[in-house]
Amino acid sequence: MTEQTKIIETIELKKIYGMGDVEVMALNGISIQILAGEFVAVMGPSGSGKSTLMNILGCLDRPSEGRYLLAGEDVSNMSRAELAHIRNQRIGFVFQSFNLLPKMTALENVMLPLIYQRENRLSVHERRQRAEAALESVGLAERAHHLPKELSGGQQQRVAIARALINDPILILADEPTGNLDTRSSLEIMELLHGLNERGVTIVMVTHEADIAAHTRRVIRIRDGRLDSDHHNGGRSEEAKAALRQSLAALSEEAQP
Amino acid sequence: MNFSEVITIAWRSIAANKSRSLLTMLGVIIGVAAVIVMMAVSAGTEATIAEQIQGLGSNLVFINAAMVRMVPGQPPPQGGLVFDDVAAIRDNIKGVAGVSVEQRSTATVKYGNVSLDEITILGTTPDFTTVRDVAVGSGRFINEKEQEQKRKVVVLGSAVAQELFGEADPIGQTINAGNVKLTVIGVLKEKGLVSGTNFDEMIYVPISVVFQKFTPSFFGRVMGDRVRSIYVSVAEGYDMESVIQQIELLLAKRHGVTLEEPDFSIQTQADIISARQSTTASFRTLLAWVAGVSLIVGGIGIMNIMLVSVTERTREIGLRQAVGATPGDIQLQFLVEALMLSLVGGLIGVLAGLGGAVLFGKFSGMRTVVVPYSIALSFTSAALVGIFFGFLPARTAARLDPIEALRHD
Repeated sequence: MTEQTKIIETIELKKIYGMGDVEVMALNGISIQILAGEFVAVMGPSGSGKSTLMNILGCLDRPSEGRYLLAGEDVSNMSRAELAHIRNQRIGFVFQSFNLLPKMTALENVMLPLIYQRENRLSVHERRQRAEAALESVGLAERAHHLPKELSGGQQQRVAIARALINDPILILADEPTGNLDTRSSLEIMELLHGLNERGVTIVMVTHEADIAAHTRRVIRIRDGRLDSDHHNGGRSEEAKAALRQSLAALSEEAQP
Repeated sequence: MNFSEVITIAWRSIAANKSRSLLTMLGVIIGVAAVIVMMAVSAGTEATIAEQIQGLGSNLVFINAAMVRMVPGQPPPQGGLVFDDVAAIRDNIKGVAGVSVEQRSTATVKYGNVSLDEITILGTTPDFTTVRDVAVGSGRFINEKEQEQKRKVVVLGSAVAQELFGEADPIGQTINAGNVKLTVIGVLKEKGLVSGTNFDEMIYVPISVVFQKFTPSFFGRVMGDRVRSIYVSVAEGYDMESVIQQIELLLAKRHGVTLEEPDFSIQTQADIISARQSTTASFRTLLAWVAGVSLIVGGIGIMNIMLVSVTERTREIGLRQAVGATPGDIQLQFLVEALMLSLVGGLIGVLAGLGGAVLFGKFSGMRTVVVPYSIALSFTSAALVGIFFGFLPARTAARLDPIEALRHD
């Protein structure tokens, strides 16, 4: 896959909710393109339609009008089961509230998407290996057998990221991934996402924190269901990451007496 | 998802809420256990009846006097069986192995300083042993001569002999029954309970002695030598139906009645068997309904808890959908969970039912026989209940919108 492959292409995306007599236009014709390897922040006030957009981009919802091509494949009119399959194979989700299953260990949570694979199913042993590798890549290998409640918020979010990575998705959708975390954990999570992005994973992240958005290379703003602005920070990934490291280092110094 | 994954998920979800799962299963447990215990009780009853009927003696024909209403101060109505009918049947009907008649009374029986109250004195004829299929343990039974001469002899039931004489030999001893002295000539072998009658706890004297000594004088005056029932044993190789027909004709002629309006009725063992069986069959049907209703109630319990569970786990459902579970996967998961609840409940119910059947038999005095097919039947019903009542919650779960479900708290 070259740098120029379009991962996301939406054409005049509209979403209309019928509420009795009143029709609410949540999305009013959004056309965006996101290329492979991009790290994009989506911002916008509440009610702007950014959640609706993310739901459609995540194949959790279907547009009322317009088309959505995910890696060139039109998913606008797929059935619920087909969309489930697409989510399983191509998309990794990271949520604000982590959404780990409380009675499963970190490792089991990471393995969860593999249960729902339709083809090329792995053996239990292979799944375990893959989940262990995913946990390793987020730096939590030694916590594999802990329950979520035994982990800190930042660690739980890492488990969730490992889960998002398990099926080698072409796209990671993160919905305010740092919204429930303290500054330090937030920066660590951002660093982790940057690392993934460097390895070629395309990331689209919703946030309302400008400083978190500043760590990305491109910021898309949504307002009233329309594209408000779409600008590149100019900064390259390297620079964004360097800034991130500085912030983290500053934090560490503060913490020391 | 493959089969073992579905099973694992369902099992973990059930195991995560042990006490709730157990309470949910309670309805099914009780239903299944009830089916097994109730069928064990009715099978036990049937087995007892079958044995009793066996114990009545083979090829038995019962002749009963029609019910006669006695009006005080008026002469008794004519008709009914009389003692002479016994001899008439024996002498005139071909294919009769034995004819006996029974006349009961009660008295206190004494020997030495042992005294037994309310002992049934059964006046009968020498054919009794053949007809009733009882065997003499020691000594002998009443003979024709003693019957005709109204000799005061007695044959003891085994339990009575044991009570009165212990290990000593009763033959030749004299006992008191009421104020009548009777000489013991024999003791019956143990026979046990047959058709509600315990032959071991009775004493047997010639029926002529009962008429003379033990029937209350008023009753004797009005009833003469009438008897309630005559028992005929049909000899092997003879057709029951034709013997019955001959008896009917004979008795109708002797009593001067027509066959359309007889003053007696004739029953065979088969009649009694079918009457008893239809009673137990309707008993069993009733029990099956009761058990079936409790299974349905159990199923509704499962449905309720599964609906609660779907609501509680809305977020989990949303997440599973987000990471790739199709509506079908979700539906299957909840269906299997309901099915597993009912199957585990069914399994516990089977064990409880087996234990319950044994304990019930021990403490109630009723006989219980576990019917193997009742286990299969109740277990299958539990499974069907699980699938049926699990369907609605599973469909509710499958129809959840992943976005809404993920937002749910």
